[in-house]
Amino acid sequence: MAEKPRLKIPKEAKKGDLVEIKTLMPHIMESGQRKDKDGKAIPRKIINKFACEFNGKPVFSAELEPAIAANPYMQFFAKVEESGTFKFTWTDDDGTVTTAEETITVG
Amino acid sequence: MRQLSRRATLVLGAGGAALSVLGWGGRAQAAAKEAAEQIAKFTGGKTAEKGKLTIELPEIAENGNTVPLSVVVDAPMTADNYVSEVLVVAEGNPNPGVATFHFSAMSGKAEASTRIRLATTQNIVVVAKTSKGEFFTGQKLVKVTIGGCGG
Repeated sequence: MAEKPRLKIPKEAKKGDLVEIKTLMPHIMESGQRKDKDGKAIPRKIINKFACEFNGKPVFSAELEPAIAANPYMQFFAKVEESGTFKFTWTDDDGTVTTAEETITVG
Repeated sequence: MRQLSRRATLVLGAGGAALSVLGWGGRAQAAAKEAAEQIAKFTGGKTAEKGKLTIELPEIAENGNTVPLSVVVDAPMTADNYVSEVLVVAEGNPNPGVATFHFSAMSGKAEASTRIRLATTQNIVVVAKTSKGEFFTGQKLVKVTIGGCGG
């Protein structure tokens, strides 16, 4: 845990622009389907929720199931009307919440 | 014991083969049924119209551990008419649920991409819900060479 998520967001945009956001969170996404070498099931441990806010308002979020591949990647869009901060949160099955922020200047 | 005639042996063999096919089909059907239940829960029993959805998935996924998925819904995304939720289910996975995306008018575009795991060759079903309460659906078949659920 405590690995840094990777973000790809433009630094600047024009008012009303659609900006593409790409995020990647290093995580094993253990599905709960796999067995260890003694044949015991390895308990599930995944990121079950991802959310993105802009200046405190929800933009995009997703509930994730074990069928999401390891190191969950999310790509989506946001329409920006003002400068501000994107805040991202990833919630682990064990309750750990990882956050990241990125600012954008809208002219 | 009376020796089995050739015909009887053939009948027995055919019956056995039919049984094993049924058994296998039963398992796949159970997963598809669970997927259908999740969709029914999502739509609240309403019928989803076909269309407005573009699902991008490879036709053949060599590695089921990471299959790129992209969903685009053709919608205006204005404050009073936007796509609010998109459900993705995989009919042939041990757990059919894949993800639920939540959009807002601030999304500007109802498009999201991620990478998914597929256990076997199967249909991926996507259902989109708009803020007006309409539902749209689409599906795509992916052939999987190596399954991605461990085991």
